[in-house]
Amino acid sequence: MSQLVFIAFQDNDNARYLVEAIQEDNPEAEVQHQPAMIRIQAEKRLVINRETMEEKLGRDWDVQEMLIDVISIGGNVDEDDDHFILQWN
Amino acid sequence: MAVKNKKLNLKDKYQYLTRDMAWEPTYQKKKDIFPDEDFEGIKITDWSQWEDPFRLTMDAYWKYQAEKEKKLYAIFDAFAQNNGHQNISDARYVNALKLFLTGVSPLEYAAFQGYARVGRQFSGAGARVACQMQAIDELRHSQTQQHAMSHYNKHFNGLHDASHMHDRVWFLSVPKSFFDDARSAGPFEFLTAISFSFEYVLTNLLFVPFMSGAAYNGDMATVTFGFSAQSDEARHMTLGLEVIKFILEQHEDNVPIVQRWIDKWFWRGFRLLSLVGMMMDYMLPNKVMSWAEAWEVYYEQNGGALFKDLERYGIRPPKYQDVANDAKNHVSHQAWSTFYQYSQATNFHTWMPEEDEMKWLSEKYPETFDKYYRDRFEHWDKEQKAGRRFYNNTLPQLCQVCQIPTIFTEKDDPSMLSHRQIQHEGERYHFCSDGCCDIFKNEPEKYIQAWLPVHQIYQGNCEGADVETVVSKYYHIKLGEDNLEYLGSPDHQRWLEIKGLKPRASKPGSEQDAA
Amino acid sequence: MSIEIKTNSVEPIRHTYGHIARRFGEKPASRYQEASFDIEATTNFHYRPLWDPERTLNDPRRTAIRMQDWYAVTDPRQFYYGAYVGNRAKMQESAETSYSFCEKRNLLTRLPEETREQLLRLLVPLRHVELGANMNNSKIAGDAIATTVAQMHIYQATDRLGMGQYLSRIALMIDGSTGTALDHSKSYWMDDELWQPMRRLVEDTLVVDDWFELTVVQNLLIDGQLYPLIYEKMDEWLGEQGAEDVSMLTEFMRDWFKESLRWTNAMFKTVVAESDANREQIQAWIDHWEPRVYEALLPIANETTGSEVLDEIRAQFATRLDKLGVQGKGVQA
Repeated sequence: MSQLVFIAFQDNDNARYLVEAIQEDNPEAEVQHQPAMIRIQAEKRLVINRETMEEKLGRDWDVQEMLIDVISIGGNVDEDDDHFILQWN
Repeated sequence: MAVKNKKLNLKDKYQYLTRDMAWEPTYQKKKDIFPDEDFEGIKITDWSQWEDPFRLTMDAYWKYQAEKEKKLYAIFDAFAQNNGHQNISDARYVNALKLFLTGVSPLEYAAFQGYARVGRQFSGAGARVACQMQAIDELRHSQTQQHAMSHYNKHFNGLHDASHMHDRVWFLSVPKSFFDDARSAGPFEFLTAISFSFEYVLTNLLFVPFMSGAAYNGDMATVTFGFSAQSDEARHMTLGLEVIKFILEQHEDNVPIVQRWIDKWFWRGFRLLSLVGMMMDYMLPNKVMSWAEAWEVYYEQNGGALFKDLERYGIRPPKYQDVANDAKNHVSHQAWSTFYQYSQATNFHTWMPEEDEMKWLSEKYPETFDKYYRDRFEHWDKEQKAGRRFYNNTLPQLCQVCQIPTIFTEKDDPSMLSHRQIQHEGERYHFCSDGCCDIFKNEPEKYIQAWLPVHQIYQGNCEGADVETVVSKYYHIKLGEDNLEYLGSPDHQRWLEIKGLKPRASKPGSEQDAA
Repeated sequence: MSIEIKTNSVEPIRHTYGHIARRFGEKPASRYQEASFDIEATTNFHYRPLWDPERTLNDPRRTAIRMQDWYAVTDPRQFYYGAYVGNRAKMQESAETSYSFCEKRNLLTRLPEETREQLLRLLVPLRHVELGANMNNSKIAGDAIATTVAQMHIYQATDRLGMGQYLSRIALMIDGSTGTALDHSKSYWMDDELWQPMRRLVEDTLVVDDWFELTVVQNLLIDGQLYPLIYEKMDEWLGEQGAEDVSMLTEFMRDWFKESLRWTNAMFKTVVAESDANREQIQAWIDHWEPRVYEALLPIANETTGSEVLDEIRAQFATRLDKLGVQGKGVQA
């Protein structure tokens, strides 16, 4: 059986950078646009890297900044200074 | 802390900034400081194994939350100043908000109280701090919802006395008893019920597709508070998953207890969400996805992945999950039928779907809608058009546990109402399902206490013996203004005026009369 | 059924919720009012709590204090959640500036060894007092009746966690973020004679069951004397010892305490004035706990400011109690 992790963001300007960064680091991820929100799912694992985000934004970025725009998640969370990972074991 | 003289990593630093402020008491016994930690039978051998679900110090919390609030209130102000209520898809939509404010917002407040309490009860400081942050978040949600609905209350009926209604109105005892049940349980069950089963497994179904639906129906205020609240929810969900893993890892004796709680709270949550199913399928004029589709994505798919992950602890998917999965094609129709019939006792209006909505329902529910529900709806529609709007004046039989009228059908026979009953200490109790009946059997002494609205009316505890008196005096619902059929209601007429349409002349014999 | 349709459909049909209108009249209400009044469940609870089967959920009998209407207690700051976090975000921003300034210039690591030790012994252990206060206020928020009362206590709970974290950061600055100074400081809290009366007092508050008694002990009696002693008088004393830079790291606490006086004074005044029974009950709690607070602070005063400073604080505190309608042990100034 497939085991999908997912994350959903409010559809706003911050989210565009997050989606871009996620797509770059998770080429297999599927991006779904729904009214007012963007949902991204992937098999087993999805990662958001600080470094990629900083590249996209051209500034320092704290992983916790993401908390402002997240609507929901599915999967075990592993968070540190450099990344935010969702995964199923 | 083993590592010394080395810069702390994020995780260890956070521990120093939270749980390390706690200490082993010597002047008072730990058992007296944390008296509620043991009675449920959960064995915690080592709190230091607790993994902080998120690492947010208070200063960062204040900063981020203030930013969210600033955005949110800017939108509320703009919404009110621009009379944003005029831009929604259709005034029927507002009825979903009435159900939300009376059914859901008081639960946010109850969650605040529950988390403040468990935020004191655990002897593990890491867990306490995580719970306290959720407590204050839940207070936030209850308050932002009051503010988001404030403008609607000024222009539509039925939003005017939510907490009063929540404590009294028959169908609101469904959500109220759900949270009372969790809050009256011990701290570990509370977290399994609310953090895990409700927040992690089920609330996506309420907040994600429904809020997306709010956006699709032009309701800027609601979608904004909904999604802003959800951004806290991501933290709450992480807590929910961490709690379960922690309890399960602590001791193998915890597994059967947790399994029983998961079974119970999945079922109670599933029943509660029948109301959301009907909001999505019937109360959103512009539809995003059907309840069945939402259930497939957010329960079958995501819940499936979750329970597969928990297998390694010896946890299986909730009992009666198969019944719930099958019911996704029925519950919204069954719930809407019920509320349609009992509209004289609700704080919102009901109506029969328009032809294109019926078509959408047939498409989304190819196996069930035409076969089991369409005929009944078309009949009611015809009756209404002929001036004989149907209301049911017989008070329904309520399930002793979920408190929903026994309206649901058997899994293998959708034409057969599901009904169970048992004898307990000389009294007969009724249930909507095996799921609810099992819950009763595990804790009969709890569920015999239930404040069942229909019984209470019969016993004369609701300021009157007839529906009209109970509704107006005890519930604070204005008959004919807040409830009954939507077509021709004051809300409807006002909406037509807003849209520059002439109020429909009332058809002969279509007086809004519940009798 | 008659339906009155307004000719102007933009005109509101009502100005606020019914429960708000019943209290404040049918007119537009403030955000504080709509967020804080009558949104808590009051009746028809379904099940007795397993953890307290003698009482219901939201039972007003979880304290010996009786109020005809607990919503008579209001917050002069009018904090609902949004206003609260907005205010604290500003305070933390200015605190953050001070902390980074101190860190960048190594202001604490440059202090003499002896002064650093004084900070770890005399100031940083208060993070544990803050945690006790955090726990107590969370309990109160869970047990209190009426949102106006409960919300002030949950804000108080998170404030205390935040201040405990600020105090911890002082030690992390001293030890270069290794945690050794925090471990060291905690050993004073656990074993140093100086702290034992205080630790005993805090542990004793953790077994108080009556939530209003707990708010009296914590938010009135302990804070009411500890904050002036530590963050005003001991702060001055630390300055004299050459640690004046530390003062900017405790600015938050001074501002916070000054602000907290507004709601604590308002709350106690209202509750004491409600009835003789309330006043007598609160007086009994004060008589029982106030001397213990003095006792717990005395060793710290002796070690730093001198006991006469504490006596002065106690006298001022007695004046404050007097204004609230009760009496303290201090000789009024």
